[in-house]
Amino acid sequence: MLVKFNLNGLDVEINVKPGEYLLDTLRNYGVKSVKKGCDGSSCGACTVLVDDKPVLSCSLLTAKVEGHKVMTVESIQDEAAALSECFSREGADQCGFCNAAFALMVHALKKENPHPTDEEIKDYMVGNLCRCTGYQSQQKAIKAFLGGKK
Amino acid sequence: MKKNFKVVNNLTPSVDGKGLMQGRGVYTDDLAPQGALIVKILRSPHAFARIKSIDVSEAEKYPGVACILTKDNVPHVSFTRAGQGYPEPSPYDKFILDEYVRYVGDEVAAVAAVDEETALAAMKLIKVDYEVLEPVLDFEKAFENKSVIHPEDGIHDMFPIGFEPKKNVAAAYEMEVGNVEEELKKSEVVVEDTFYSQAQAHAMIEPHTCNARLDEHNRLVVYSTTQTPYHMRRIICKTLGLPVDRVRVIKPRVGGGFGGKQAFHGEMFVSLVTLRTNRPAKCVYTREEVFGCSYTRHPMRISLRVGANKDGVINAIDCRTLSDTGAYGEHALTVFMIVGSKVLPLYNKVKAVKFGGKVVYTNHVSAGAYRGYGAIQGNYAVESIIDELAEALHMDPIKLREINSMKEQETSPIFKIMGEGTEGTEMIMESCKLPYCIKRGRELMDWDKKYPVKKVGDHKIRSVGCAIAMQGSGIPFLDMGSCTIKLNDGGSYMVTVGATDIGQGSDTVISQIVAEALQTTMDKVIIYSSDTDLTPYDCGAYASSTTYVSGNAAYNAACKMRERLIKEAAVELKAKPDDVEFDGKVFKAGDKEISLVDLSTGRLYNNDTHQIAVTESYHGHVSPPPFMAAFGEFEFDTETYEYKMIKYVTVTDCGTTINPALAKGQVEGGIIQGYGMASSEAVIYNEKGKLLSNTFDTYHIPTVKEVGELVTEFADSYEPTGPFGAKSVGEIGIDTPPAVLCNAVYNAFGVRIHHLPITPEKIFEAMKEKK
Repeated sequence: MLVKFNLNGLDVEINVKPGEYLLDTLRNYGVKSVKKGCDGSSCGACTVLVDDKPVLSCSLLTAKVEGHKVMTVESIQDEAAALSECFSREGADQCGFCNAAFALMVHALKKENPHPTDEEIKDYMVGNLCRCTGYQSQQKAIKAFLGGKK
Repeated sequence: MKKNFKVVNNLTPSVDGKGLMQGRGVYTDDLAPQGALIVKILRSPHAFARIKSIDVSEAEKYPGVACILTKDNVPHVSFTRAGQGYPEPSPYDKFILDEYVRYVGDEVAAVAAVDEETALAAMKLIKVDYEVLEPVLDFEKAFENKSVIHPEDGIHDMFPIGFEPKKNVAAAYEMEVGNVEEELKKSEVVVEDTFYSQAQAHAMIEPHTCNARLDEHNRLVVYSTTQTPYHMRRIICKTLGLPVDRVRVIKPRVGGGFGGKQAFHGEMFVSLVTLRTNRPAKCVYTREEVFGCSYTRHPMRISLRVGANKDGVINAIDCRTLSDTGAYGEHALTVFMIVGSKVLPLYNKVKAVKFGGKVVYTNHVSAGAYRGYGAIQGNYAVESIIDELAEALHMDPIKLREINSMKEQETSPIFKIMGEGTEGTEMIMESCKLPYCIKRGRELMDWDKKYPVKKVGDHKIRSVGCAIAMQGSGIPFLDMGSCTIKLNDGGSYMVTVGATDIGQGSDTVISQIVAEALQTTMDKVIIYSSDTDLTPYDCGAYASSTTYVSGNAAYNAACKMRERLIKEAAVELKAKPDDVEFDGKVFKAGDKEISLVDLSTGRLYNNDTHQIAVTESYHGHVSPPPFMAAFGEFEFDTETYEYKMIKYVTVTDCGTTINPALAKGQVEGGIIQGYGMASSEAVIYNEKGKLLSNTFDTYHIPTVKEVGELVTEFADSYEPTGPFGAKSVGEIGIDTPPAVLCNAVYNAFGVRIHHLPITPEKIFEAMKEKK
């Protein structure tokens, strides 16, 4: 079946199998920034934005994004670069496998709640697992980023 | 001791941080060839069984199936998946596919098909006739059990490791210094206790992934999420009967390893499928496979007896250990030995010390390398019983540690006796700031105000616990790293290393070492790592070796390059090399000068053209341990026994922190992984031996909500044998949380929890027993 949606600002038409999930569609289409970490909607590595809201693409049927706007980290490159500077400063750089999803989450958080408290950041990010950093450095980096500090 | 660093020990962004955040497709599965056959693995439903027959005739006929591998059509060569140097200290007890299956999830067959759906559908058509055998699911009953897990012929050890498969023993080890029984008898106070640790899962977010293809020379090219590309090439070639020159292994970016990617997971299958079909093939583990079909930390039972005088001087430690290696003996002996060799030297004033026991096979998921590698299990037991001893002596637990622990310029006889599966090597602690770490950590925690417990609410109390730890820096006389530096026109350096960045940041750390030694900036250093065709040899990322071993190789190569550049410049300047000064940019001799840019460009295009390149290696003769003191504060609910981490303070001596931000990341990441093992990562098998805790929903790794305030400091320390004074920092962070939490629970409630993880239920049960 043919599904039409807007991917990172461009209208696309992609042929998918019925029952195909958006994660597989995007990766097969060449968008490799979206990662498969768990196949069970529990790690957050496959996060994309659908109409600006974070969604786990491993459990969203591609057919459902017909006519919607899908964003991956490819559409927020400058913001991701700026966030990465904060990550580097705080020691939050490690394997990077989940980082694109983190960048999308921070982008969405910023839109929803530009001045979150520490607890609000934690609540927002709780679904994005990280086995490398111990989280605190990421939290500090996100806070610095949202605080506009470079 | 050089200290005025410009790049090293300075805030330096990771070389790849930006690109990874921006989502570059550089991980193994991102690089899988289009149209690769999908390899799925048929796995055993039984904990222990013999395959009487496999019928794949219908499955093979299924449209879209390219190839099916079974025990009947793959080479029958024993090997170990462990991913270690050669000869391995692990038994050769694994076949690519075997007549026996030894845990629920063990490999029965591999199906390669055009897509996943087809592979899974075809898999259902494979008929396997099993003779179901009685499994061994209790590791305390494995020794000499009537069920023999490895009854097959053709398995062996590479050198004596105590391998007795007919008794279900993968490895065994005994050592004694002095006379422990006598010293215990003479001691005024003796404490003894037994501790159990669980089969922690690595739970790295990127699953085990590999793919294979043939290149234009018809060589086999394997991309793998491996920590050990060179070992992988050697083991593939040896097991499949290929010459080393026909195989190339590439490690792209890896999304976390923690030891879990040191071994093999699917690489034999994709290699065989590609060789047989001439098509590319790929295998990506599902999350359930990552949990249930790779390998875990070795669960252990550790029994200790410690004897001391009333003044607090510890006389003797006896440590008996039983380790469960599951179905296969990967790292069986070496993890076991680290329980002793990377924990017991902390208390180096003892007159006698004994360590020993067995590593047994069971029908559990295999155990293997995992960050900490025995040290975390040993630390949980030893650092818990040290608190018990302190109580028995009516002594402050920190003071007891201060009296007995390792100091600078001291040694331990254990270093010489215990190595990596073999004898060890003597060493003096050239750098050991442990006393400072303890003192500083105590201040940062405000320990004296908080110890042992304070009431903070109606039914809330806060208690503290402490532990000290050590690790190593590579395996002396075995681990080797190397580095090639090539000068580009324009004066930049192309650095190639076998060292394996698995997310810990070694590409950045090595670049910093090269930049510092060549007095240049990070933008002039380009690094490429871990490709057996293009980069020089390195043993890989394990044993806390990369910064120390590979870092020393990079340092040696950079020094050689500097020497070489000065000679080249001397020719241009018509001066003696000794008279040439080089500041990283310009060479000067008297009033003559030439820039590096001009020299490097000239060597490729104009004068005396030739490529300037150097290669250097390093292998250590010592393994200088990093040290740490850790202090945790936790808040407990006295009604529900639920608890949370309030604060975790660590002060670490890892020598110079080459990259302070990354070093902090290593420590804090380790702490929270260790805290997961201490608190929430319960491993659950059903009565038939099936692992039930095999998803992120059933196996709870810490989320951001469980993390308290982490206070992470480093001691001012300089290891003379390390690159710019550095030691390792990759593993030590994980070691302390189980003991710290266990001690804090004791300080809160007066009960000691002997099984990890420490759950509210276990505290509740212990409280019931206490009453």
